[in-house]
Amino acid sequence: MDLDNNLLMSIGVYGSAIGLILIGLYAVLIKKHLTKIVIGLSIIDAGIHLLFIAIGYISGGTAPIFSPAGEKIVANGGIMVDPVPQALVLTAIVIGFAVTAVALSLVIRLYRHHHTARIDQIKSLKW
Amino acid sequence: MKKLLVILLLAVVAYSLGTALMSVKFGENRLGNVQDEGTVSAFYLNNTPEKLSVANVVTAIVVNYRGFDTLGEVSVLFLAAMGLGSILYHRHKEGEEEEAILKPSSQLIQAGSKLIFPAILVLGAYVFIHGHLTPGGGFQGGAIIATGFLLMMMAYKDYKVSHKVLTWVESIAGVTFAGIGMWGLIVSQSFLENTLPIGALNNLFSGGIIPIIYIAVGFKVAAELTGVLDTLLNIKDKH
Repeated sequence: MDLDNNLLMSIGVYGSAIGLILIGLYAVLIKKHLTKIVIGLSIIDAGIHLLFIAIGYISGGTAPIFSPAGEKIVANGGIMVDPVPQALVLTAIVIGFAVTAVALSLVIRLYRHHHTARIDQIKSLKW
Repeated sequence: MKKLLVILLLAVVAYSLGTALMSVKFGENRLGNVQDEGTVSAFYLNNTPEKLSVANVVTAIVVNYRGFDTLGEVSVLFLAAMGLGSILYHRHKEGEEEEAILKPSSQLIQAGSKLIFPAILVLGAYVFIHGHLTPGGGFQGGAIIATGFLLMMMAYKDYKVSHKVLTWVESIAGVTFAGIGMWGLIVSQSFLENTLPIGALNNLFSGGIIPIIYIAVGFKVAAELTGVLDTLLNIKDKH
């Protein structure tokens, strides 16, 4: 029973992370509007962050902070979750923000030039 | 046809990711025994409270163990803000009618945002000053402060932030971060070496250079994000 529960948890958590990545990929590949493509990239980002945090999680673990409460948990034989994926995701969120900002500014620039942000209506892209 | 191909590709991606993750059990203890220091995470968890006396291990990793990486991250953010400004730079031509895309907002939003704007600033400052004790840090605190400025910009159509002040805050914060790194290089052996006294665990003044760097990062991120939002919101529409 316990093992079944664990399997269900992993399918749920990893499944939602992979689902977010797939939704983002779908938006990037199918959508014609550039803003929607940028939103798709952000959704891929969110899925990857969720996957990282999920891999670093340890069941029953507490946050890796040695506050008085956290120290008490560790002294009583408790464990802390892996801090390294969290630090990496902190970096990745900031870089994701920078990428989104620059991509949106390029979209605005394209809109100004072509008066549309739909890639199927930008004539100079066709050959 | 194209949709079918894309769905096929997504199925392949899902299958490969799923099979790869089947061997990674959710919630399994992959650290090993923390005292053995068999993994890098166990090393960080074992050494951070005694050697750095920083309560938040994530902060210790981001600012101390991987401090050089954070310096690069901050410069990526700076480059993004600068690139945004230069891509969206728009010379004003004579005789051209331009209209701001922002519309004036209602009285309720104007009064309410004026009320909670100082509270948002205080919360942001709290989050980055206590970055080594509680969940949070420079990036999060800076983002909170930038949302406060975003609220004011959206409530008041003619709310202006001085780009000169933003540039100065950003430059001083960046120079502080790099200067602390150079100080470590001069006094001790390596760049960003933690040379200050580390104090006692769970005190506000603990962790040596870590709170100073995170406060600098907080100011820098707040100034950069506010600049980005200001650039994006001040786009003029040609008539």
